[in-house]
Amino acid sequence: MKKLIILFAILSFWACNSAQNEAESNTNKENATSGITSREEFNDLSIYNISTVWNTQHGEEITFKDLEGHVLAVVMVYTSCKTACPRLAADMRNIEKQVSAKNKMNVKYVLISIDPEMDTPERLTQFGKDYKLEGDQWLFLQGTEETVREFANVVAVKYKEISPMDFSHSNIISVFDAEGVMQHQQEGLNVDNKETVAKIIELSK
Amino acid sequence: MLRYFKIFLFFVIVPFNIWAQEVEMQLVSGGIYTPLYGSTEESQVEIPGFFMDAKPVTHEQFQLFVLQYPEWRKSNVRRLYADESYLNSWKGDFGVPRQLKNSPVNNVSWYAAKAYCECQDKRLPTTDEWEFVAMASEKSVDAREDSLFNQRIVSSYEKPKTFLKEVGKTTPNYYGIYDLHGLVWEWVYDFNSIIITEESRSNNSTDNNLFCAGGAVSANDLMNYAAFMRYAIRSSVKARNTMSNMGFRCVKDDTKVLSSKLIY
Repeated sequence: MKKLIILFAILSFWACNSAQNEAESNTNKENATSGITSREEFNDLSIYNISTVWNTQHGEEITFKDLEGHVLAVVMVYTSCKTACPRLAADMRNIEKQVSAKNKMNVKYVLISIDPEMDTPERLTQFGKDYKLEGDQWLFLQGTEETVREFANVVAVKYKEISPMDFSHSNIISVFDAEGVMQHQQEGLNVDNKETVAKIIELSK
Repeated sequence: MLRYFKIFLFFVIVPFNIWAQEVEMQLVSGGIYTPLYGSTEESQVEIPGFFMDAKPVTHEQFQLFVLQYPEWRKSNVRRLYADESYLNSWKGDFGVPRQLKNSPVNNVSWYAAKAYCECQDKRLPTTDEWEFVAMASEKSVDAREDSLFNQRIVSSYEKPKTFLKEVGKTTPNYYGIYDLHGLVWEWVYDFNSIIITEESRSNNSTDNNLFCAGGAVSANDLMNYAAFMRYAIRSSVKARNTMSNMGFRCVKDDTKVLSSKLIY
């Protein structure tokens, strides 16, 4: 049986490319413990399961797991956007204001760029300044084409590049609890955000 | 019993795997065309040449994949990446019903399909690539104006349980590719890029409050009803969803095309 497991491990190494690093390490972990999966004990639906690394507006690297214990309000935007994104940013600021008034500490407001090529940490910092989204509670993330597509799929945000500077995208603010599980979504612009605010307050400390 | 089963799988199936991974692919010479939806401002897209799996991925092929990658077994897969009906025709982690071995794998999520392709050093096709190949009939690279061709596709969408059929049993298209129509819908990499939503269905128009620049992407070939159905299906699913009538196949860049592009 042991030999079999070793052979399996070798075979697993052989087939997969670097994009599947996580997959490989999981495979090996499992093999090492004779078929008992030793994955970390996150909720199955938690975004902490996503192991991709993002750059923050301060140029630091971060994974969702690093945000454990925080309630997250997440929106996907891009900085050269002229129509919806400023309004989305305003919606986020508005939500933040109402939640902060309740002295909620463990909440982060996360803006993920759907244009990772253009939106460098510098540009994201500037966007934060321009729209007064500044402070520790604000987090801007730059990923890659691939990781952004994957995350957009988690929150069911649709987007497409229609020209180098312009994307069409859905306007959704998603709320995740302190275990990384999505609990609420608000769709559209300038909609009544009462429900979203109430949800964040309910989930946070 | 399980142990014997595993040994059996190992000696019988895994050595097979070494060449079974080498599934037949066909070269799709690229071109320029106008897709139904979501094209750029110029409305035409250029498709560089690429290789596409000649047939959809089958249950048997997917079984080999989960053998190697335990995290994609039914009992292990995270709910974030696949919903409850993932591989639901299988009995347990490896139990593919014998009559389905050569049928297209179904009830797989976008994440699972993407991981499968990456593990074969391939990728999922983009919507534009898939649709480009799908407009070819047996004789022509673009049969979208051929009413019989369209009729055949639409009527295949109306047949129930076509996912039970075996792959590769019909006539291949111009590129030698089978079953783009007639068995299952197929996942594409950017399925979530097209904005036809519940909202636009209920409003009969794109709601610009919901989508930044939403009006820029709209149908320009409403004649093509079959393609319209595919776009509508894609826009209605989520990446973790699994459906009995949704499978996938993989593609690979034509490295020759890419390197020759670099030279120019």
